[in-house]
Amino acid sequence: MEFFVTLIQVFDSTIRLATPLLLACLAGLYSERAGIFDIGLEGKMLMAAFFSAAVAAVTGSVWLGLLAGIASSLALSGLHGLASITFRGNQLISGVAINFLAAGMTVLVAQSWFQQGGRTPSLFGGGRFTPIEFPFAEAISTVPIIGPIYSELLSGHSILVYIAFLMVPLTWWVLYRTRFGLRLRAVGENPAAVDTAGVSVVGLRYAAVAICGVLCGIAGAYLATALQAGFVKEMTAGRGFIALAALIFAKWRPWHAMGACLLFGLLQAVALRFQNIDLGGVVIPVQVMDALPYILTVVILAGFVGKAIPPRAGGEPYVKER
Amino acid sequence: MTVPAIELKGISKAFGPVQANKDISISVAPGTIHGIIGENGAGKSTLMSILYGFYKADKGEIWINGQQTSIPDSQAAIAAGIGMVFQHFKLVENFTVLENIVLGAEDGGLLGPSLAKARKELKELEEEYELFVDPDKRIDEIGVGAQQRVEILKALYRRAEILILDEPTGVLTPAEADQLFRILDRLRAEGKTIILITHKLREIMEATDTVSVMRRGQMTATVKTAETSPQELAELMVGRKVLLQVDKVPAQPGKPILEIEGLRVIDEAGVERVKGIDLTVRAGEIVGIAGVAGNGQSELLEVLGGMRPGLGSIKLNGAPLALSGSGSDGQARRAQHIAHVPEDRQREGLIMDFHAWENVAFGYHRDPAYKRGIFMDNAALRADTERKIEKFDVRPPDGWLAAKNFSGGNQQKIVVAREIERNPDLLLVGQPTRGVDIGAIEFIHKQIVALRDQGKAILLVSVELEEIFSLSDRIAVMFDGHIMGERLPQETDEKELGLLMAGVAGEAA
Amino acid sequence: MEKMPKWADVVLIPLISLLLAALLSALVILAIGESPVEAVNLMITGALGSTYGWGYTLYYATNFMFTGLAVAVAFHARMFNIGGEGQAMLGGLGVAMVCLYVPWPHWSIALLAACAASMLFGAAWAAIPAYLQAKRGSHIVITTIMFNFIAAAFLNYMLVNVMRPKGSMDPATARFPEAVHLPTLHELLAPIGINFSKAAPANISLLVAIFACFVVWALIWRTRLGYEIRAYGHSETGAVYAGISPVRITIVAMLISGALAGLMATNNVMGEAERLVLNSTEGAGFIGIAVALMGRSHPFGVFLAAILFGFLYQGGAELALWTSIPRELIVVIQALVILFTGALDNMVRMPLEKLFLGLRKGVE
Repeated sequence: MEFFVTLIQVFDSTIRLATPLLLACLAGLYSERAGIFDIGLEGKMLMAAFFSAAVAAVTGSVWLGLLAGIASSLALSGLHGLASITFRGNQLISGVAINFLAAGMTVLVAQSWFQQGGRTPSLFGGGRFTPIEFPFAEAISTVPIIGPIYSELLSGHSILVYIAFLMVPLTWWVLYRTRFGLRLRAVGENPAAVDTAGVSVVGLRYAAVAICGVLCGIAGAYLATALQAGFVKEMTAGRGFIALAALIFAKWRPWHAMGACLLFGLLQAVALRFQNIDLGGVVIPVQVMDALPYILTVVILAGFVGKAIPPRAGGEPYVKER
Repeated sequence: MTVPAIELKGISKAFGPVQANKDISISVAPGTIHGIIGENGAGKSTLMSILYGFYKADKGEIWINGQQTSIPDSQAAIAAGIGMVFQHFKLVENFTVLENIVLGAEDGGLLGPSLAKARKELKELEEEYELFVDPDKRIDEIGVGAQQRVEILKALYRRAEILILDEPTGVLTPAEADQLFRILDRLRAEGKTIILITHKLREIMEATDTVSVMRRGQMTATVKTAETSPQELAELMVGRKVLLQVDKVPAQPGKPILEIEGLRVIDEAGVERVKGIDLTVRAGEIVGIAGVAGNGQSELLEVLGGMRPGLGSIKLNGAPLALSGSGSDGQARRAQHIAHVPEDRQREGLIMDFHAWENVAFGYHRDPAYKRGIFMDNAALRADTERKIEKFDVRPPDGWLAAKNFSGGNQQKIVVAREIERNPDLLLVGQPTRGVDIGAIEFIHKQIVALRDQGKAILLVSVELEEIFSLSDRIAVMFDGHIMGERLPQETDEKELGLLMAGVAGEAA
Repeated sequence: MEKMPKWADVVLIPLISLLLAALLSALVILAIGESPVEAVNLMITGALGSTYGWGYTLYYATNFMFTGLAVAVAFHARMFNIGGEGQAMLGGLGVAMVCLYVPWPHWSIALLAACAASMLFGAAWAAIPAYLQAKRGSHIVITTIMFNFIAAAFLNYMLVNVMRPKGSMDPATARFPEAVHLPTLHELLAPIGINFSKAAPANISLLVAIFACFVVWALIWRTRLGYEIRAYGHSETGAVYAGISPVRITIVAMLISGALAGLMATNNVMGEAERLVLNSTEGAGFIGIAVALMGRSHPFGVFLAAILFGFLYQGGAELALWTSIPRELIVVIQALVILFTGALDNMVRMPLEKLFLGLRKGVE
């Protein structure tokens, strides 16, 4: 029974930790499906984390914070679009620049606004997203098995967690069942086909990049206002890259993205709880758990476990051929 | 006088310093097939891309059905009833036929109803014009002929009244091309207006009602097809009388230099491109490989040039060549005295951003003559470049110029100079005059014949039948990875070769 | 015809990009309520106003020369090596092992061994992504990013569980023995009568870095291997035609790149810290990207850009010391330089090309 409780706790923690990964991963999915590689997920999340926490701290409203976070992430998306769509620059270099810009600007502005060594004041009350209790969660919590699953695992997360997981079927539906999705997938595979069909490549790609910005914004706001209570320097801690890894792992498909993010979330949760794991004499050091998402991604990229083929036009700026 | 379906007035377009179209005017009557002919680079595709809103003209007006129309993008072109089939198809390869047809012409935000409606209309269109394709097959599962039909259906689905086809037969066999022309006839009968862009005289003569000739960005003439001749069009295209025949003495074939037996080539995708061919090239003869692009000729050249692995046996001067693994790359081939003028000089034969003198070493950069200590002897290389530029009359004679800043003909001269001056036992030549101006063509042909007369073996691959006829001492025809037959140029004609190219088997000679 | 003269491409565009980055940075400083003019003054006196400042500037510049060259060599083969950080970390591990586990009689021999070890370790860390790119087509950018994280975890493990001296709580190795301490600029310049700051960390590896610039220049523009690397970088199909193996060039170029990044450890680990600590690279691997872009992948450009960034780094540290502007300002400047010289290159280039085209038309 104690094992079961531990299990529930680890899975609960998995869901919390998977949420920012999932949001960022879906963000990357929209962008990369439209042919715009984005290694700047990390930077956009970080920027959103800061501005959401800063605005929530100042106004006391987490919703205004969320909006500010989304807006700041969108601004960076705009920059990425400008560089990689309008000026047909190198998308990877642009992403690198955005990550540094966020890393620098967040601390700079935090120091200027709050003078607390690059962090925001701690958030409390209306400045944070609070858990949502499902109906009857309290009442059935004592029912064996189902009780804890319902009231602890599923209930009691912040609204952003539920939004993140609802985004998965929504993304699938948009991608495969709507006109926008058809065009989005087409522009990532062969932009010339979209262009000659009379649809604006630039417009579609900006739309994709904007959706990416919004989702990264929510991811960042979740980190600073729900998972934790305030912004600290470099608080994304490589989550943007893990999300990228999950996206490759999922081969750019929404449901698989959720699976990959839950897996990587689980790794994080286990590492958090157990540190070094003793498997009957063989000790797995915590660093292995830290490195596992990256190692798994390299293995996937190497094509040893099914080949990950990115959208064909990914990373290439669209230039009408002569 | 009927109102013209299309009227272009004074269209000009420049790409940077290059003037692609200069003050072009043209008028096309509705319900006719109008041909536009010209050499590669004459500006045909640019002009049609302007009409389709793909490029914006610097100057000039477009009139559709008597209305001045502005076409800033493809959307506007589609709205004006114009459809275009590009030379390189604009299809999403991992989408189905149906998805490709619907893309950009959906009826509302949800995909389901759009696809259902398209499926129904497609069936009607297919039957009306005999354009049959399976709507649920993915593009990468169907052949090029079918892909082209999808492109035409795409245009018709968008209610195109004017259809532009850019070099539509480049990837087709003669039989497929004939089928295409039957479809075009049918479209014309239904009142559609068709513009056919090509550089092949035969197609113009067979298919069109009127024809315009373009040369170096300008429109040189518009005539009724019935009132002109291929000779007249050819002259208009190149601007002077064309010598279609190269002066050469009969070949004196010597001992076999290249002996190919049972060669097979399987490409990266696992498709068998060359399906077991036998071929011999002797000293002092030019063997031409004729065929529609994509029937294994390129792969044959690439195996011989060390660019891809092959299976079977190839002997050079009686000694076997390695066909895979170490000793089978381009360096090894060069060491065995095989020189190679590749099919695509811009992507293969030259590094466009390198200086001419750096390109003169390309492929031979490990030659001891260009080496001093652990470094390259750039001074020796530059001196060598000076000699080659002079001998091959490369213009401008500036070894420091980047390859990309030479004209197509002069780029090709650099490649040909580099390869022929190696005095190889075997010269591989792919599409030697593609995108090359007439003056350079004659020069390059003469150099190839001169090498033959020195007793060297030459294997020529060209999709231009004229070139094959004028250079070859013996002609082999490839179709679908097989050699369909060998002929002597004086004993055959275009018609017979055309049948072989279409896979209609003659007896293996 | 060229759209514009070569000097404009090589000199003008980087300068304009730098100017734009500087301008935006000034705006940022203004926005946080400080004076840009004062900030620049402070940076100049702090970084260049004393031999102490120069000592730090050159110390940082040494790091950036190595990582800048590393990125530049990979760029020539048209690969984007974001893994300089991880490769430099592993280089540090190599240096630490050589310095700790072998008793060296003199620093000079130790330096040679450390160079070899750091290059070997750096190259080894680049080898797997290189192999995967060459043989399996795995995108080098993604794999090298992943390898940065794996390197960090691996180093963490080595320092915490393996190399930490008994009884120490600090995740770091023991101090290197006296014999392997490298001479600083103070010691090198004293015999010729220059009194260089004793406290500054710049050391003899600066000379190694400058030597590396020359070697890379000769390699890229004077050797057959360099010719092949550049040819492959411009056209892969061309390389195949010329018998240049893409697999070989991809791997060799990445090994050289990794080795150069690894070499950085002779400066920061052996020359300065004299032990291996966590996060010893301090992001220098990433600054190499900005340095290579700014220096147009040419070793001389990399040399200049590295000194510029050395100046920014030391100047930024001084700013953080004397004003309320945190060190992260440098990260912002770095981001802007990467943005303008790398991603927004066309934004600067297109108007310039139009200008030159117009000028030429006017002349004709």
